[in-house]
Amino acid sequence: MLHAVDESVTPIHIHDMTVAYHKKPVLWDVDLAVPEGKLVGVVGPNGAGKSTMIKAIMDLVPKASGWVHIYGKPYSRMRQAIGYVPQRESVDWDFPINALDVVLMGRYGHVGWVRRPDKIDRELAEEALEKVGMTDFGHRQINQLSGGQQQRVFLARALAQDAQIYLMDEPFAGVDAATERAIIDILMDLRARKKTMLVVHHDLHTVSQYFDWLVLINMRIVAAGETKDVFTEDNLNKTYGGQLTVLSEAAQAVAHHQRGL
Amino acid sequence: MNEFWGPFWIVLAGALAGASCGLLGAYLVLRKMSLLGDALSHAVLPGIVIAFLLSGSRDVIPMFIGAAICGVIATVLIETFHRRWRVQEDSSIGIAFTALFALGVVLITAFAGQVDLDQECVLYGEIAYTPWDRLFWEEWDLGPRPVWILGTVFALNLAFVLVFYKELLIASFDAEMALSVGVSAALVHYMLMGAVSVTTVAAFESVGAILVVAMLIVPGASAYLWSDRLKVILILSALMGVISAIAGYFLAGVWNSSIAGAMVVVMGVLFALSLIFAPHYGLLGRFVRQVRLSLRVARDHVLLKLLRDRESQRVSALSWGDLVDTAARWVSGIAIRSLMWQGLITRANGHFSLGEQGVIHATRLLRNHRLWESYLNQIGLPPDHVHDPADALEHFTDDRLREEIRAALPDIATDPQGKRIPDG
Repeated sequence: MLHAVDESVTPIHIHDMTVAYHKKPVLWDVDLAVPEGKLVGVVGPNGAGKSTMIKAIMDLVPKASGWVHIYGKPYSRMRQAIGYVPQRESVDWDFPINALDVVLMGRYGHVGWVRRPDKIDRELAEEALEKVGMTDFGHRQINQLSGGQQQRVFLARALAQDAQIYLMDEPFAGVDAATERAIIDILMDLRARKKTMLVVHHDLHTVSQYFDWLVLINMRIVAAGETKDVFTEDNLNKTYGGQLTVLSEAAQAVAHHQRGL
Repeated sequence: MNEFWGPFWIVLAGALAGASCGLLGAYLVLRKMSLLGDALSHAVLPGIVIAFLLSGSRDVIPMFIGAAICGVIATVLIETFHRRWRVQEDSSIGIAFTALFALGVVLITAFAGQVDLDQECVLYGEIAYTPWDRLFWEEWDLGPRPVWILGTVFALNLAFVLVFYKELLIASFDAEMALSVGVSAALVHYMLMGAVSVTTVAAFESVGAILVVAMLIVPGASAYLWSDRLKVILILSALMGVISAIAGYFLAGVWNSSIAGAMVVVMGVLFALSLIFAPHYGLLGRFVRQVRLSLRVARDHVLLKLLRDRESQRVSALSWGDLVDTAARWVSGIAIRSLMWQGLITRANGHFSLGEQGVIHATRLLRNHRLWESYLNQIGLPPDHVHDPADALEHFTDDRLREEIRAALPDIATDPQGKRIPDG
C-alpha cells in the first residue's frame, strides 16, 4: 500500500494474500484496505476468486501467504465482528430444519460451545426474520420456501449475528425483484448504521446504483476504490478482458510443475 | 436363569444397542454418510486386537479406547485420501476400511495363540448369551456385562447428542458457517465418528459386525421418511431400534432363528412400512395425494363443461359419454359419480345438468379461468396461448388470489376471446 493504513478503524485489511487450491493459485498478492461504513461491491468474472477472497478473510480456506486483519486483529479473535451470507446453493435445503432455527444459528457464535441459545437469542432471531419480511414463515420447513425466501432467511441469519462487518456471497443470485429490493433496503439501512459490507455481485447494471465502493477482481485486484473512480470502461476491460490470461497461464504452469509434469 | 430375566436381559441388550445405533445413525443418514458407519464397523478391528494384546484381557475400557482411536484414524485416512491426495471419496472409504480390516485379520491370525477373539462372534455376535455373561465387582454379581456396556454406551451417545446438539446441527447443515463462528466442523465430525466406532464395538458382541451396520443405517433412514424435524427424527430413529429389538426377540422364538438376525429383519420391515405409509414422503401418501388432485381437476372439468354447455344456449343434453374425459376414464367416472352424490349435478333421462350449488361452483371456476386468461394476455401471452395455462391455474385459485388478479386488471367484462367473465 502506498499510504499507511490505520488498522484500528479499518474493518478489513488484507496484506499480500495469495490463496491456492491444490497448489494452483486462484488469488495472487491481494492488498486491500476496506474503509468503514461502506457498501462494497466485489465484481469480476466467474472463477475470478471472489468467493475465495471472502472465504479467505474468514479462514475458511488456507492462505498460501499474507494475512488478513479485522480492525487490526486476526479473524480468530474477531469472529463476532463478522456476519456471513454464503451462497444459497452451498447448503442442502432438504435438511430437516425450519426457517427460525436456521436464523438462530446466527446466534451460535455469541452463545459459544455447548451452551444453548436463550430467550434473548430467540427474540433476536425473530426480529431478524421480521426485518427481512419473513415473520410468518419462521416455522416453515426450509424446503417449502422459494429461492427468494431462502435467500432472505440467510440474510436474516447474518443479521442475527449482530456484526460490524457483513460478508455476502451473491445475495442477489436467483432472487425475484421484490426480494432484491428488500435486500438492498436492508443493506442501505446497515450502511446508515456504519456497518461495513463486502458483497459479491454479478449484475454490472446495478453496480453504480447499489455500491459506493467497488473491488474489481480477476485472480488479483484489478482496481479498488470509490465506485465513481473505479467503475470505468478501462477497468472493466482489464477485469473481464483478455489481459489476465498471462496469470492463468502462470497458474497452470505452476500446477503442472507441482504435479511433476 | 429364570423365564422372565433371561429374555428380559436379551431384549434390553438389543434395545440399548438399537437405540444407541439409531441415535447416531440418524446423523449419519442426515449427513449422507451412511457408508461411513459400514466402514468404521470394520475398520475398528485392529484397534480392538491391539488393545487386547496390550491389556491382555477382554476388558471393555481398553477395547473402547482402541476402537475410538482406530475409528478416528480411519476417518483421518479417508479425509486425507480424499481431500489431500484427491482420491474419489467412495474409493477412499473403500480403501481405508478394507485395509484396516485386513490388518485386523492379520493381527488376529498372527497372534492366534494369544488372542481369544472368536471371529464368528465378531461377525455375527451372540446376543443369546447375554444373561450368562456376568459382570462382577469383587464377589458381587452386578448383572449381565453386555447390558452394562450397552447401557453405558447409550448414556454416552445420548449425552453426546444432547450436549452437542447445537454443534452437530450447524456442522451438519452448513459446515462453512459453523467454521466461521468458531465451531470446527472437522472436530464435530471426528467426535461423531469416534462415537460411532465405540458404539459398533459395544454392539459387536451382541449383534455382530455385519448386523450393526443395519442398526446404524436402517432406523435413521426410516425415521427420515416420517418427519421434517430433527428432534422427531432422532427420537423416532432410537425408538425404531427399541421396537425392532423387542419384536425381533419374539419373532426369533417363533422362527427358532438368530435373535440379532430377527431384530434386523424387523428393522427392514419397519423401513418398508415407513416407505409405504409415511404421511408426507411415503408411497401411499403420495399416491393418495395424486389421486385426490386428479379427482379435483376432473370434477372441476365436468362442472365447467356443463356450465359452458348451458352458456351456449342450447338445451343441455350432455350424456355420460359426452361428459367423461376419455383420457382419464376411471378418475372422470368417479368425479361424475361424486358430483351426483353431492347433488352438484343431476341426471334426468340420461342427460346431465348442473344443480343449484353446482352452478355456483362452476361459475366461480369459469370466473377463475377467464380472469386468468385475461391476466396472462395482459402480461404478454397471445390470446391463443392463454387457454391451457389458465386451465391448469383455475383449480388452485382461492378467493384472495382471484380478487388480486381482478384488481390487477382494467375494468373489463370479457376475456381475450370475447367471452363474458361471470361475476363471482
